[in-house]
Amino acid sequence: MQKENVANVANYLTYKGKHKGLLGWVLSTDHKRIGLLYLYSIMTMFSVGVLLGLAMKFELLAPGKTIMEAQTYNATFTVHGVIMIFMVVIPGLPAVFGNFLLPIMIGAKDVAFPKLNLLSWWLYVAGVFLVLSAVIFGKGAPDTGWTFYAPYSFKTGTNLLPAIFGAFILGFSSILTGLNFLVTIHRMRCPGMKWSKLPLFVWTLYGTAWIQLLATPVVGITLVLVALERMFGVGVFDPALGGDPILYQHLFWIYSHPAVYIMILPAMGAISEIIPTFSQKMIFGYKAIIASTMAIAFVGYLVWGHHMFTAGMSGTAQYYFSLLTFIVAIPSAIKVFNWISTMYKGSINVQTPLYWAVSFIFVFLIGGLSGLVLGSLAANVHLHDTAFVVAHFHYIVFGGTGFAFFAAAHYWFPKIYGRMYDKGWANAGWLIFFIGFLALYTPMFYLGIMGMPRRYYDYLDDFHGGNILSTFGSWIMVTGLVIIIINLIRSARKGPAAEINPWRGKTLEWTVSSPPSLENFDEIPVIAEDDGPYNYK
Amino acid sequence: MEQNAHGAHTHYDAEASKIGMWLFISTELLLFGGLFIVYSIYRYLNADAFHLAGEELNITIGAINTVLLLVSSMTIAMSTSTLQLKKKGATLGLLAVTIIIGLVFLVNKYFEWGTKFEHGIFPGSEHMLNEFSQGEILFFGLYFVMTGLHALHIIVGLIVILFAVVRIQKGTVHENRAALLENAGLYWHLVDLIWIFLFPLFYLIH
Repeated sequence: MQKENVANVANYLTYKGKHKGLLGWVLSTDHKRIGLLYLYSIMTMFSVGVLLGLAMKFELLAPGKTIMEAQTYNATFTVHGVIMIFMVVIPGLPAVFGNFLLPIMIGAKDVAFPKLNLLSWWLYVAGVFLVLSAVIFGKGAPDTGWTFYAPYSFKTGTNLLPAIFGAFILGFSSILTGLNFLVTIHRMRCPGMKWSKLPLFVWTLYGTAWIQLLATPVVGITLVLVALERMFGVGVFDPALGGDPILYQHLFWIYSHPAVYIMILPAMGAISEIIPTFSQKMIFGYKAIIASTMAIAFVGYLVWGHHMFTAGMSGTAQYYFSLLTFIVAIPSAIKVFNWISTMYKGSINVQTPLYWAVSFIFVFLIGGLSGLVLGSLAANVHLHDTAFVVAHFHYIVFGGTGFAFFAAAHYWFPKIYGRMYDKGWANAGWLIFFIGFLALYTPMFYLGIMGMPRRYYDYLDDFHGGNILSTFGSWIMVTGLVIIIINLIRSARKGPAAEINPWRGKTLEWTVSSPPSLENFDEIPVIAEDDGPYNYK
Repeated sequence: MEQNAHGAHTHYDAEASKIGMWLFISTELLLFGGLFIVYSIYRYLNADAFHLAGEELNITIGAINTVLLLVSSMTIAMSTSTLQLKKKGATLGLLAVTIIIGLVFLVNKYFEWGTKFEHGIFPGSEHMLNEFSQGEILFFGLYFVMTGLHALHIIVGLIVILFAVVRIQKGTVHENRAALLENAGLYWHLVDLIWIFLFPLFYLIH
């Protein structure tokens, strides 16, 4: 099989279509090439975001001005947030691994609307350039924070409009991807691929797609209103004209809280693929994971108020939002239980993706539990807008989605490129990254409890120790990141050829060649009655 | 782009296109849903001012536009039927009528907005800031945003219909491959439906 595979030159990477070279990629409607286009553009923006984050941590190395003024710091955390949220973690797993794997996992040759899929990527690129133009041109980079809170978002003199329109277009790209995935999952499953046999990654993409579709338009119209407010002064969020800025916060979080689940659900899906493969065991509680996925997608809509406990809302509303916040933690906890039970008595094969997956569970637990601390009303009053919040969402968003992204990258790498990476360097990169991550964000929990506010370039001397540790952590983490990325880039070009199924996985992508052929399958597969995505003997 | 080389990329699934369109329509409803929420909240908070401001609008033009859009929804629905009956000429004629009605709607809207502008009623105008209460400012702010966004959707709808006309003329959309026209129709009905809500909210409720 292996030789035949190497001899087969017409895989999706080497295929030559109507257009040659770079055009053959940026005009390709092949879902695998589009997945890689997303991978490269997202990793580019991720690197920019990491550099901005490094600069912020460097500024906080010592009290007072270290390398930048307050205004520069405000712009830095704003652009860092906009890039990381809208361009990296929201599209992250669905656009890269979803695009690449969804059709293969359900036994299809492509997504339902390949041209629309390409359009999504082009919209993504347009959104990226719009946001970047806000940074480069005009009177200063945006300084509102990624949340664009009213009324400051239409009072600030910085160049905010392109950033708002950029975020709107990125949202539109996300909607189209979600729409495409929903139709694909409904219409393109191969014979015998019942809903009860879908791999869990597909199920989480399904839940994610619904959120993308049903939550994004609300933030879209909210951003349009802020832009119109800025341009014409329509008054909707302007207290001077009778508008209500708190209403902006409600509308913003009605989307942006579900968006957190856009980020984390596919991450949970990837982990649910990796754990059974490396435990060589049927996933524990397949149906419970599906039910909890859909429960998260649903309850996630009802908790937005917990971002606004101190912004002014009725006590009754606070109780409900707090209670619902605790309820939404239950399905996540069910998943953690399922992953750990899957590993129990499994024949565990310790490889790089498993290191990432297990460390994901660890940081996700801390991130999730600290979320409950913030979700309880009394603690929230003390911790609101402190470094504790920053630590919490970096543990969830970066520790959750980021770790799962690298887990997925190391898991599916041999399938995507048909080559294997150097496992020693990959493990070393993971370890250094993990240590750096803990050193970077853990002190922020402590600093937040002590009262250090977020979004300030300066702090009291009492907070110096924790900040030094945190900044050192950022250097360690970036060292690990550089090792990981260099190893993957090098291996994609020069690594030894990978087998079709190096991890002995049971899902469909492990039955096609590595890298897959242009149309994935020579013949559309048929799933037998007793076959399943996790049938390990 | 590699369509000819790919069997998979040329496959045609009318059902999938229709599901896709319905999903897209649901996102459009949510987009306007956000605005409807904003409208209801401010109407609740400024009931009297909204009443007063609503009387400024011209019910006649609003009613004419409502009738126009309802008729255009009928003509585009008829065009999908005539396409099934292989009457290409009738289909194209009905679509032309739809497009003309859409344009007349926009012309009406232009004059309606123009009158408001002449009277100094537009966001940020001196007249409004000095003479109007906060509730009235909000009413007209929302009026321009919501009818403006709706007009934008009319324009997009017209472009989609025009696209369908070209494809029908070229023969790539026909009775066995009608998804594009059907989706254009669905989208046009959505635009119509949103107007059916906008008309009473701004013109009729007093």
